Amino acid sequence: MLEIRHLHVSIEGNEILKGIDLTVRKGEVHAIMGPNGSGKSTLARVLAGHPSYQVTQGEVRYQDKDLLTLAPEVRAREGVFQAFQYPVEIPGVSNAYFLKAALNEQRAFRGQEELDAVDFLETLKQKMKLVEMDSSFANRPVNEGFSGGEKKRNEILQMLVLEPKLAILDETDSGLDIDALKVVASGVNRLRSPDRAILIVTHYQRLLNYITPDFVHVLVDGRIVLSGDKQLAFQLEEKGYEWVRESAAS
Amino acid sequence: MVTMNPEILDKKTKETGKYVPLFEAFEKTEGKRGAAWIRKLRQNAFAHFCHSGFPTQREEDWRYTSVGPIERTPFHLASETLPHITVQAVERLRPCTLNWNRLVFVNGFFCREFSHVSDAFEDLNIGSVREAIVSKSNQLASYLAQYVRYDQNGFTALNTAFIQDGAFVYVPEGKVLERPLELVFISTSRETVSGTVLAQPRNLIVVGPSSRATIVESYVSIDQETYCNNVVTEIILEESASLEYLRLQKESGRAYHVSTTKVNQAKDSVFSSTCVDLGGILVRNDLHVDLQEEGAKCFLNGLYLTSNEQHVDNHTLINHPRPKGTSQQLYKGILDGRSTAVFSGKIFVHQDAQKTDAHQTNKNLLLSEEATADTKPQLEIYADDVKCTHGAAVGQLDKDSLFYLKSRGIGENEARNILSYAFANEVAQRIKIPSIRAQLNDLLTERYGHRSAGEGVHHGSA
Repeated sequence: MLEIRHLHVSIEGNEILKGIDLTVRKGEVHAIMGPNGSGKSTLARVLAGHPSYQVTQGEVRYQDKDLLTLAPEVRAREGVFQAFQYPVEIPGVSNAYFLKAALNEQRAFRGQEELDAVDFLETLKQKMKLVEMDSSFANRPVNEGFSGGEKKRNEILQMLVLEPKLAILDETDSGLDIDALKVVASGVNRLRSPDRAILIVTHYQRLLNYITPDFVHVLVDGRIVLSGDKQLAFQLEEKGYEWVRESAAS
Repeated sequence: MVTMNPEILDKKTKETGKYVPLFEAFEKTEGKRGAAWIRKLRQNAFAHFCHSGFPTQREEDWRYTSVGPIERTPFHLASETLPHITVQAVERLRPCTLNWNRLVFVNGFFCREFSHVSDAFEDLNIGSVREAIVSKSNQLASYLAQYVRYDQNGFTALNTAFIQDGAFVYVPEGKVLERPLELVFISTSRETVSGTVLAQPRNLIVVGPSSRATIVESYVSIDQETYCNNVVTEIILEESASLEYLRLQKESGRAYHVSTTKVNQAKDSVFSSTCVDLGGILVRNDLHVDLQEEGAKCFLNGLYLTSNEQHVDNHTLINHPRPKGTSQQLYKGILDGRSTAVFSGKIFVHQDAQKTDAHQTNKNLLLSEEATADTKPQLEIYADDVKCTHGAAVGQLDKDSLFYLKSRGIGENEARNILSYAFANEVAQRIKIPSIRAQLNDLLTERYGHRSAGEGVHHGSA
């Protein structure tokens, strides 16, 4: 589903990613872990098409398409979703309107009929229950005045409504209390299916207590230095990132 | 009959000279109507106009706006002989389809056949200035031109010199006009003698003590023609009166529109206005509010959506001479193409005006690199126990917000429309009366392609 080959990425002339290779197949859940500043979030943002980053080398194939040539909105319509680390507040646009516009653009792209307001609201309410959001959030402006945890739940809500093929979670667990973490995890697990893939970018292992990854990769200084199964996450929790740096150096 | 004083003619300038034969002809016909006071008023105003001419960019208040195109155009005065307009056309041009009270004017002249007023009670007047000049001369004399002085500038002088028609609304003490009143001003240069029409509506709105009214004033055109509307509106709010006022300027894209509105507020009165500019090639609005007595409040909202070569200039002046006055202003603009917009907001707090609460915000969103916005807050505060704030901003669409929308599959154009809508919608949200808010919502929906006005937009207070 996703093939990253020798990816080099810079921002304002500073190279952040220095040759990433990663293959994600349908049905798999991959966790990308690493210390602060290792380039984890850059990887997530580049995949979503954030305009601030320059890809200097390498390629990314997504469902046999050259992902890097696609506009962000086209990537989304092709099924790529990123849960933002810092979701943007958009005053004056209600959550419901925003999500309906997004869903209908995606449906139109796939040749499906637009959902009318009634059907959409029905779907929305259902999914809001799953992430334990009060229905009043539907009419509130997107993320405006939301707490950190509410913003993250809102990202998961969007993911559940849009049902992407490839979901990328960028530090969705940061700043969450244990209850919110469980809600987020159950939302992600609900999406898990044989024809979808999930990429979890995180600093800590604790989210992985609730979402079991098939593969764990450790990113240090713009390179994947270690890959393994879920056991690797436990080792990291126990020994810290210094251990990876040392074992990578040896 | 009165003849022109030769001294006046001597003082005329090249540009104002064109108006001398027009004024002479006017005096021989329409000008004969009415009492001596109004004829004298017109003559004094015309003398002042001849002498002062149109404002120039050398004057601080007109620095950003050149009225040269208006000055140079040889206008033809609008006449009562109306071009043929069908009821259907009027209905199409009305901003609302509800069965509100309405006065319809074509080129500044009242049209009874298109108008409809169902509310009636003693002393209520919803009618034309032209009728009032004859039948309510004394009542008119105590208000007309008492608030907008003809010597304010060339435009107020010219309007006053040719006072002829407009809306005269008088709500007597302790009454509530339940249904909103629509004032529809339709302009057209069609079927007139060659030349460009100059229409000069003169409106007078008086809301009596403890009375309440809602007025929607709209300026629309039949075709994309060149013409000029030079409007003067005087609004008087007596003690504890309240007026909700919406002004929609949807002139032709080639029209000139100059408006001067003066609001005079007595104790504890409330004036809430929303002024929206969509049309016109050259637009200048002056809105002056005098919070004459204690506890008066005004809420002024403005929205200008410009494109192409449009120039829209909004000047507000709020005068706080007495204590405990409140003024809140929110003016927002979205500028596209090569358009330019000006906001100049002056708040004057006199020494006596303790406990004044005055806030002003102007925000401009530039959608194109060639659009420019000038914003000029001016606060003059001579009292020490006051709360006054102001803020101004000129910016582009937020890149992070655009990316966020796109990352969910929303295309560039739709994303820009959604964010523009959201920016403008803040002004709509300030309107307290739902039916009036809906008017503006519909308009924004039309402009930014939202499929349904109701949902999508954030309702209620944030």
